[in-house]
Amino acid sequence: MSVRVDIGHRLGDFAIEARFESAGRLTALFGPSGSGKTTLINMIAGLIRPDKGRIEVEGRALVDTDAGIFVPKHRRRIGMVFQDARLFPHMSVASNLRYGRWFTPAKERYADMDAVVDLLGIGPLLNRRPVKLSGGEKQRVAIGRALLASPRLLLMDEPLASLDEARKAEILPYIERLRDETKIPIVYVSHSVAEVARLASDVVMLAQGKVVAGGPTEVVMQRLDLLPTEERGEGGAVLDTKVLRHDETFGMTVLVSAAGEIRVPRLAMKTGAPVRVRIRARDVMIAAEKPTGLSALNILPGTIVAIRPGEGPAVEVDIDCNGATVLARITEQSRQALELRLGGKVFAVVKTVSFDRANTGAGLPLEVDG
Amino acid sequence: MTWLLDLTPDEWNAVRLSIKVATVAMLASLPPGIAIALLLARGQFWGKTLLNGVVHLPLILPPVVTGYLLLLTFGKRGPAGAFLAEHFGIVFSFRWTGAALACGVMGFPLMVRAIRLSIEAVDRKMEAAAGTLGANPLWVFATITLPLILPGLIAGAILAFAKAMGEFGATITFVSNIPNETQTLPSAIYTFTQVPGGDEGALRLTLISVVISMAALVASEVLARRVGRRMDIE
Repeated sequence: MSVRVDIGHRLGDFAIEARFESAGRLTALFGPSGSGKTTLINMIAGLIRPDKGRIEVEGRALVDTDAGIFVPKHRRRIGMVFQDARLFPHMSVASNLRYGRWFTPAKERYADMDAVVDLLGIGPLLNRRPVKLSGGEKQRVAIGRALLASPRLLLMDEPLASLDEARKAEILPYIERLRDETKIPIVYVSHSVAEVARLASDVVMLAQGKVVAGGPTEVVMQRLDLLPTEERGEGGAVLDTKVLRHDETFGMTVLVSAAGEIRVPRLAMKTGAPVRVRIRARDVMIAAEKPTGLSALNILPGTIVAIRPGEGPAVEVDIDCNGATVLARITEQSRQALELRLGGKVFAVVKTVSFDRANTGAGLPLEVDG
Repeated sequence: MTWLLDLTPDEWNAVRLSIKVATVAMLASLPPGIAIALLLARGQFWGKTLLNGVVHLPLILPPVVTGYLLLLTFGKRGPAGAFLAEHFGIVFSFRWTGAALACGVMGFPLMVRAIRLSIEAVDRKMEAAAGTLGANPLWVFATITLPLILPGLIAGAILAFAKAMGEFGATITFVSNIPNETQTLPSAIYTFTQVPGGDEGALRLTLISVVISMAALVASEVLARRVGRRMDIE
């Protein structure tokens, strides 16, 4: 499975020149608002016709302006989940779900109604009208409706952006299940570091209509300098870990990563389950020697592999902890006081309580099949 | 009160004819009404203002003028009238069908306005969403657009029906005032007022006219409310 995009488009004063390809399970198109990510996803869906270029999904050209190819949206078999759900108000939830299925050729229908209803937990909603649903429920139904059209590719355009934190937390696990339990590749538009770090296998980072970085999430997310200003504080390392054991006495879960053991607040996951954690650079302290008499529980030994100037008084330090990179944002004053330099042996210190719900989520299965 | 329902056969005929003419006028103008409303609401083409003007002409012209223009075009020797009579056997002049045509034309601008407004209120994002689910433009229209404009469609149809029930000037100019053929309620009332002692008959038909129009209005309210409750546009 792959998505290949290479397009040029002009909308008034705004020009997009974007080129990327991805074969990931969940590819995030990430960037600040106005960077062109929604325009790009609309082009893949067939809602916007690019001025020039080529869009290819699974080797099939959907757009090729040189060859005069433009497949209309209803023949692309690409599912789309919009930010505003867009459920049909004159139909029940069940009719909304069945809508796309009806237009899918019988032999290409792979989505099963019961399985999708079960996956998204929308069984009790089937007989209701969309107007009677909460924002989170609407979005789950919208995901189900797109899935039941048996799409080749699922596009999600900021599906959580119009929801409050509680509703986001309600939907995120469903998107994780979607990513891990179905074979449908997903392209996910977002401007939130938290969502991207938690969900994406691959990231394409956009700024002002251009692709500025692309690659595996844990690599791209370390480029703090590329993050939108208002999201910079959210940036940091993304580590894929596994549940080692639960500590019931103190209500914690111990994760094992390449960097060592990490203690986080108790997770409702089985031992051995993959977990992805994000360690914000601003939450990481650096100790020149192994600290004692410190409340923080996570102390990861490592080697400094990069030091970059950050914003204002800050510098960003990359610490290689046995193959996993942890980012720390500290002041230049501290760097000089500790005499930190490349190759220096240090300890990265992270408080357990800095891992909140937004920072821990189900990880991608480690053996990627399909 | 019995005198109220004690209608002569000719009066009953006028009532029946009026309902028939108004119903046919309403049903026949629905398809072209939807098409023109779609064109005006969504189309981008040269001459849109002109089309809009032509559709609204019956609203601003004196009804007599509209009736006379119909006579010129759809009369026995009119170009359209002669063509239709020769090829399809449809004759308008001095027939009830002509009365339906005149009523339909007079009510057309009202119907188009109501439908056009409801089309403009449709969230086109819904249609885009239906497209990504595999529906081609025709299916999108049938399953999304049409149901969403249903309240406007009902309002437009009832307006056209009410207009047809009351149409007088264009009808009498185009197809005259022939009992049992083209004498609708307004024409019959007019005839009563022209003869000595016709007051009682005129009053009877006037009351019936009021009852029918009120019934149509109430029916449209009930229908629109039922459709609206089912949908609750977000």
